[in-house]
Amino acid sequence: MWARWINDLLRRVPAWPLYPLGMLPFAVLAWQIAVGNLGPDPLKVIEHRLGDLGLQFLLAGLCVTPLRDLTGVVLIRYRRALGLLCFAYASLHLTTWVFLDLQLRWSEIGADLTKRPYIILGMVGFAALVPLALTSNNLSVRKLGPLRWKKVQRLAYLATFVIALHYLILAKVWTVKPMLYFAVAMLLLALRVVNLRRNAPAAAR
Amino acid sequence: MRRGFASDLHWSDVTPKEMWLNRRQLMAGAGVLTLAGPAAAKIATVPSRYSTTDAPNSLEEITTYNNYYEFGTDKSDPATYAQRLTVDPWAVQIDGMVDRPGSYDLGNILAGVTLEERIYRLRCVEAWAMIVPWIGFPLATLLERVAVQPGARFVAFETLMRPQEMLWQNHAILDWPYREGLRLDEAMHPLTILATGLYGETMPKQNGAPLRLVVPWKYGFKSIKAIVRISLVEAMPQTTWNMQSAREYGFYSNVNPSVDHPRWSQASERRIGAGLFGARQDTLMFNGYAEQVAGLYAGQDLAVDY
Repeated sequence: MWARWINDLLRRVPAWPLYPLGMLPFAVLAWQIAVGNLGPDPLKVIEHRLGDLGLQFLLAGLCVTPLRDLTGVVLIRYRRALGLLCFAYASLHLTTWVFLDLQLRWSEIGADLTKRPYIILGMVGFAALVPLALTSNNLSVRKLGPLRWKKVQRLAYLATFVIALHYLILAKVWTVKPMLYFAVAMLLLALRVVNLRRNAPAAAR
Repeated sequence: MRRGFASDLHWSDVTPKEMWLNRRQLMAGAGVLTLAGPAAAKIATVPSRYSTTDAPNSLEEITTYNNYYEFGTDKSDPATYAQRLTVDPWAVQIDGMVDRPGSYDLGNILAGVTLEERIYRLRCVEAWAMIVPWIGFPLATLLERVAVQPGARFVAFETLMRPQEMLWQNHAILDWPYREGLRLDEAMHPLTILATGLYGETMPKQNGAPLRLVVPWKYGFKSIKAIVRISLVEAMPQTTWNMQSAREYGFYSNVNPSVDHPRWSQASERRIGAGLFGARQDTLMFNGYAEQVAGLYAGQDLAVDY
């Protein structure tokens, strides 16, 4: 009923405005950098906010399927935008780390990438997002075929797990925010496991 | 009976700042002093040969970027939430292996003390750095006055435990009260100070008012804030961050670019206030104080005693 009503309404809402809307937080950040109101340590604010936004869009993308299963509201048309926005913010987050935080000190970057668990996890998460972003276009869906394309897109689960963990183990003490993100990420992943188990016998039939 | 330097004076007997500022204005008004104005409205200090010549961070940076988990885990939290802390009256319990133990009012501790300005580098274990113009006096002068007994080998410090004002003490994020410690020779080193102010003013609450430790060659968390207890002990005392994670935070915690924190490199640091580009600089051994303190650790493997 109301789900159908929402779906009917959404049929008239195109996906493309999500891109400029999703980049609005970046515009705000850029403006704050320009006027210099990010406090005594602007670098950390920039780095953390970009990371937050990447994770937020990632989790938002993962909400699409459970939302359909639970309420019937279908947002699948918008998921590509959410995923690409996640990738955009993840790229900006990584770029900030390399250029502004570590300032191209390659030996330290190399050491971090091999020795620091949270950096390694972040990097693995980013690496998992790259094929997702590269195949987020109609041409790739056609070339790979829907089944193989879907398999590639399952990398999102790996990315979600390691990125949420990357954030969780970064703090010196247990604080609420990373734990909350981690809990939401685990919940969204758990819904997939439940779904897989429900669908498995059906697939065997 | 000798009572050390205890007197009837209390911290509250110190002339309030408004009053002595006012007095200076009167003097200036009478044409006695041409130096009047903001520059003269400072706590009287003597300069120190231990001060760095580097330019200090701004007062705003120093007072809005603080790690002080009693008031929250965000660096902007202490500036807001520390203001509710009552710092007067204030007493420090000095006990353990000393000839003159007791509860000393802060006024007593400061009576007769020559306050120095010590412009020190501050290096946080999180790999950021600042330069702070502290006001304080050597911890050694206090320890000499209470007369440390021969068997004492370590000094243990404790922060105030007052969950009604230090609201995060209601959360078990750390094992409260905050505890720190130094080896006696580190505590007696002339670079080690008890600080009561910065930038010519009494200590802002978010920076550890009214009395905090500053040990410039160690990571910042060693420099315990809002001290209420100093104990002279024989065995190495427990310290808060070491209790939290011994692998990450050693007892010594000397600034050392070649000994990494397990979760991040200590090879370099970001200077707060140095802008978005070019803020990262190499970390110096003992935070640049190697000439003065390296001798304390002769024969020690600093990768083991981290």
